[in-house]
Amino acid sequence: MSADTIDTPAALPLPTEGRSGPDWWGVLCLIATEASLFAYLLFSYYYMVVQHGADWLPEAHPSIAMAGPNTVILLASSVAVWWGKKGVKAGGRGQHLTGLALAIGLGLVFLVVQYCEWKTKPYGLTTSAYGSLFFTITGFHMLHVVVGVMVLAMVLIWSIAGYFDARHYNHVTIAAAYWHFVDVVRLCVFATFYLSPYVMGTGS
Amino acid sequence: MWQHLFWMFGHPWVYAIVLPAMGMVSDGLPTFCRGPLVGYTPLAMSTVATMALGFGVWVHHMFATGLPSMALAFFSGASLIITLPSAVVVFAWIATIWIGRLAITTAALFFASMIVLFVIGGVSGFMTGSVPVDLQLTDTYFVVAHIHYVLIGINVFPVVGAVYYWFPKFTGRLMDERLGKWNFWTMFVGFNIGFLPMHLVGLWGMPRRIYTYGADMGWNTTNMLISAGSFLLAFGVLLLLINVVISLRRGRPAGINPWDAPTLEWSVPSPPPPYNFAVIPSVVSRHPLWEDQLNESEERSSLQKGMLLARGRQTVATSPLDGEPELILQMPGDSPAPFFLTMGMTLMFAAAIGHHWFVVGIGALICACALTGWFWPQMPNTRGDAAQDPKARHDVR
Repeated sequence: MSADTIDTPAALPLPTEGRSGPDWWGVLCLIATEASLFAYLLFSYYYMVVQHGADWLPEAHPSIAMAGPNTVILLASSVAVWWGKKGVKAGGRGQHLTGLALAIGLGLVFLVVQYCEWKTKPYGLTTSAYGSLFFTITGFHMLHVVVGVMVLAMVLIWSIAGYFDARHYNHVTIAAAYWHFVDVVRLCVFATFYLSPYVMGTGS
Repeated sequence: MWQHLFWMFGHPWVYAIVLPAMGMVSDGLPTFCRGPLVGYTPLAMSTVATMALGFGVWVHHMFATGLPSMALAFFSGASLIITLPSAVVVFAWIATIWIGRLAITTAALFFASMIVLFVIGGVSGFMTGSVPVDLQLTDTYFVVAHIHYVLIGINVFPVVGAVYYWFPKFTGRLMDERLGKWNFWTMFVGFNIGFLPMHLVGLWGMPRRIYTYGADMGWNTTNMLISAGSFLLAFGVLLLLINVVISLRRGRPAGINPWDAPTLEWSVPSPPPPYNFAVIPSVVSRHPLWEDQLNESEERSSLQKGMLLARGRQTVATSPLDGEPELILQMPGDSPAPFFLTMGMTLMFAAAIGHHWFVVGIGALICACALTGWFWPQMPNTRGDAAQDPKARHDVR
């Protein structure tokens, strides 16, 4: 087929950095599927609560001595990523690299604290339905944190090598979006395991 | 809890598989009715509504498991409401046939018969969606009849019709119509003899998932009929396979547009060449090849006029509703990374089944390497000129 005449189309922008290209939609789809996974897992927890009442919990109010500060640590790492990304946009290389490195560090601290908390639990993966759900859900979340730390580390390496500048930082945007998602999941997990017994545990 | 998790996934899934089949009917049926689809917009909105509602009806598989009546009422209500968008779609199809002049081809027969089977399967679904009726019908052959009407009637029949419809485009050869008619009538008659009486034995109380029953239950003749019907259906499917094989070798050459269909795939040779459209065609209506005969407006679509994206692998991003071009997207090039990622994931999950954690680690490592390679960024100073300026005029000539 011969294409003789071609309209002169209006000038169209190229995929700008940020939130319009396929990579951004791709990470949104990834977040949607992973969010479904956690929605299913947390549904299982609440289903057990509804079926069994408060007696189901091995301890009336799971201790937040470690889990609380740990949640704050992960939240702080999200802030660090956000601050680092502001640095990239503004062309501030120091802020960019510090933000990413800080987020990775806080992520690693989170993993260590979470592991220590696991060690304090008197029940295991196979002890009871509660133990099974606790370790499955926090374990899946840890797995996502590990992946997030690896992604951030790779982005940091690329940043040090000078792959990104104030106009090209899609990789940073995407890694940051995933990291914020992991953080939101942590809030849901924390609210479910540590806070919801205060609300739902008493009645029955 | 396992039942909940299964159906929370499983019920949206049945809509996810039926909606493409319904789309095939909406695409193919108007061609044989010689007129555009009636109610395109409400039909499209109903499709979206069906999928959205489909996420909130899973408990209707579990009415008989002893749930609180509040949950039963909610999920029963949701299951009954979902018939509304389905009814919109059915009436749109019927109106399309009513207004048009149906050309009786094999594909048209499969598409049109699907409407009948959809109504039967839909009504039995409506019945089981009502809690008191469902408590009577749970685990009887009525449910077996329902699932076969929806799964074969409204999934398999449209797909077979779509094979007859698009086979010439895929292969360049038409399928045999005479054998096709035999194919349709054996499948249609066989299917209905096989599955319609199941409603009846279900109402008579025959439970599902049994391998035998007492000779005095009164179900013997009906079950014999059901068996005969299913053999006839299987024979019909065999005729389809025979027709495919024969037509692949000796089918009549199809030409570009054997059905005088309205959509763009029928404007290129059959089978389409690798470089099918030289430019992105300018499309101004839903049926670009029928614009002259419908004459709805002065505007005409054009295959010759359009954007030429000549700088590598690019396509346009369009607005969701009107399809107006908004952005030029740079698409990824050839890469072995996705292949290695797939192999790594296969290794990882296969090893996880067998609890070989060391191998799982190797698989995860392969995944990580493949992903790193896949997402390797470009140095800012090596990008093309156009990419340096986000507002560059990007279209040539």
